Amino acid sequence: MQIRVNGKAHEVAATTLAALLAELDYHDKLVATAVNQSFVRAVDRPSTPLNPGDAVEILVPRQGG
Amino acid sequence: MQDTPFEVYGSTLASRLLIGTAQYPSPAVLAEAVRASGAELVTVSLRREAGKSRAGESFWNLVRDLGVKVLPNTAGCRSVKEAVTTAEMAREVFATDWIKLEVIGDDDLLQPDVFGLVEAAGILSRAGFKVFPYTTEDLLVAEKLIGAGCEVLMPWGAPIGSGRGLNNVFGLQALRKHFPSVPLIVDAGIGTPAHAAAAMELGYDAVLLNTAIAKAGDPVMMARAFARAVEAGRLGYCADPIPPRDMAEPSTPQIGRAFSDLSKRA
Repeated sequence: MQIRVNGKAHEVAATTLAALLAELDYHDKLVATAVNQSFVRAVDRPSTPLNPGDAVEILVPRQGG
Repeated sequence: MQDTPFEVYGSTLASRLLIGTAQYPSPAVLAEAVRASGAELVTVSLRREAGKSRAGESFWNLVRDLGVKVLPNTAGCRSVKEAVTTAEMAREVFATDWIKLEVIGDDDLLQPDVFGLVEAAGILSRAGFKVFPYTTEDLLVAEKLIGAGCEVLMPWGAPIGSGRGLNNVFGLQALRKHFPSVPLIVDAGIGTPAHAAAAMELGYDAVLLNTAIAKAGDPVMMARAFARAVEAGRLGYCADPIPPRDMAEPSTPQIGRAFSDLSKRA
């Protein structure tokens, strides 16, 4: 299935957000997630399905002003 | 007047200097500058990162080791939706309901989109966030932000990163006078310690800056300088400064001046 992750096209096998994080090596990292610009809580990731064309954001803590 | 503690959203902060964590030459300099500044509240953000990278993790470990409170921002957000979603993501990752709300309306000046800002502030306040809005010195926008649930306002001094200081002193003064009991923080545009002291002398409760320290030739020394400037400005404000005069007034007593009977102006 073709989706977008952090602005880039990805061909992925995962069908849930939790599975996507594992597939892309995020599973042990502190991240925040959104699908199609809506926030998805960490506890909801296993039950959040992915559909072709979805835009996923995976964000981490960074320096800020 | 006796100084009162700086309180915001029910928390007391001992330092009235808040600083950003971006643009430092290295993580070690960032850590040392934060310590030298005495800041208890630092701003952080959320950004994209590849799965295998560990930069975000090491940054977050460094901040946690500093033992300071964090104020996540929605920097760069261009719409209400982006800002609200970013705030929700930040609340989960940073485990705080404090959010520095930025809704940017213009790329050249990084000027707040005050219409989007008021809307996003309302949505986030209703969702339990403690919103620190990055705004202009516009008084009616300020009123609407307070109406939307904000208990603190952060008007800009000048555009972000410009180092211009206080662009509209009269506007900032008017805002201070109009909202005597709302915590007001000058955020953005501060370039030198003198600018920070000037903001504090206007009666502002705190200043928030990043570039002026991070991009200084010696960020740690500059952090120290800002700490003193903020403290000096606050003390000066509390000490009730004299009003400016148009004409001179001698400071040395005139009574008993030698030759006072001889020297007369024609």
